[in-house]
Amino acid sequence: MSPRLVRAADDATGRRDVPLRITVDGVPLTGIEGQTIAGVLMASGRTSWRESPSGAPRGVFCGIGACFDCLVAVNGVPDVRACRRRARDGDEVATRSRAGRDAR
Amino acid sequence: MTRVVVLGAGIVGAACARELARAGCAVTVVERGRPAAATTAHGEGNVLVSDKEPGPELELARLSRRLWPRVLAELPDAGAVEWEPKGGIVVATTEPGAAALRDLAAGQRAAGVAAAELDAAGLAAAEPHLTRDVAGAVHYPEDAQVQPAGAATALLAAAAAAGARLRTGCAVLGAVTRGGRITGVRTSAGIVEGDAFVNAAGPWSGEVAARLGVRLDVLPRRGEVLVTAPQPPTVFHKVYDAGYVGAVGSGAGELQASAVVESTRAGTILLGSSRRRVGFDDRLRPGVLSVIARRALRLFPSLAGVPVMRAYGGFRPYTADHLPVIGADPDLPGLWHATGHEGAGIGLSAGTAAVLRDLMLGREPETDAEPFRVDRPAVRPAARPGGGPG
Repeated sequence: MSPRLVRAADDATGRRDVPLRITVDGVPLTGIEGQTIAGVLMASGRTSWRESPSGAPRGVFCGIGACFDCLVAVNGVPDVRACRRRARDGDEVATRSRAGRDAR
Repeated sequence: MTRVVVLGAGIVGAACARELARAGCAVTVVERGRPAAATTAHGEGNVLVSDKEPGPELELARLSRRLWPRVLAELPDAGAVEWEPKGGIVVATTEPGAAALRDLAAGQRAAGVAAAELDAAGLAAAEPHLTRDVAGAVHYPEDAQVQPAGAATALLAAAAAAGARLRTGCAVLGAVTRGGRITGVRTSAGIVEGDAFVNAAGPWSGEVAARLGVRLDVLPRRGEVLVTAPQPPTVFHKVYDAGYVGAVGSGAGELQASAVVESTRAGTILLGSSRRRVGFDDRLRPGVLSVIARRALRLFPSLAGVPVMRAYGGFRPYTADHLPVIGADPDLPGLWHATGHEGAGIGLSAGTAAVLRDLMLGREPETDAEPFRVDRPAVRPAARPGGGPG
């Protein structure tokens, strides 16, 4: 857990968490139902999961689906905006969205 | 000290401001909106020699290509320019297209441009994701790309470091003249006085000229670009269909489209390009975007599943003879023009600014500026006998 997650016990809304598990590049991560995949990643302490061609780190920039900087592959579908996708239990997330695409 | 007022803070105005400020002029840049926000921000950042047929525009492009590295070396913030000397590859998908491309390349080589034909293996090595269904390809190692808004901003910063002032939100309304000479411009923020004025308003320079009391036939020519989601390295050069040169050279008002594909440093891939004469109508047309996407997919079939995250469009400053306008206005002493570059203004800004500076200071420009003169029929038609409305 990280400062990016308000724990349920401290949340004034009195929310009740339903946990879920996803894998990110094969590594299991725990999240909460209702979080986006970006939310799960950030709550686990990751602020970047992609690199621009210049090598600069990329993760959530706008957080509202406009910038496409937070792309991941989810269950084999590339170019998914992590900030716009609700995490579902069992999701397999790959951070190298299109690595190794074959030449045609 | 000569006071020069540059009208327009796009890349051409920025480049002119920099050259003139460094030459010792007291420069004020007057901008209607914000710097680098209009045409400059709505292109692809082309610095090309490949798309120009032998002639005066190619000579200006070659001068510009020589100047860009020197300009960059002197900029305080050259990194923001995102200079990418990646080279261009022009492909022809038909046999007649390939023959025309070989002729064009031969003429360009004779004019001093590096242009090497690529065989199938060479092309596949240079662009592994490109379709193999290509009839001919030419590599132009001198072609380059910049991030145009970053480039214009860096040029403005260099102008400011040399003493230039920038006034934004300041629209030109008319001329103040004395003895037939322009001595000031009336603007939405008051009068700005000067000894010389440079019209660098791009597609709006015809309107600015009219407000100052002279005619200049520079018209908007619309273009659109699609932007894909960031991708791993997929497109390594500026790759475009040989039909692009014909689309640029055409004067037709209806849609001209040819594939232009290149990646940016952010990983996005830009898909162009369209050319339409629709005035300043800035509505995006889904049909036009579809044509652009289809043409791009013919070159890069593997882009088929890639999301397009946005599209944008802009206006190029078009002249009927496809040549820029650089020089003194013979009908209004004190007024100069630096405009009409159509889709090539980013690249040509470096040479244009150097030529304009030399003309204004009475020096010999490094390339012949006569073809760009203001009083040629394409941009300043002779007044009709009788002076009736035209």
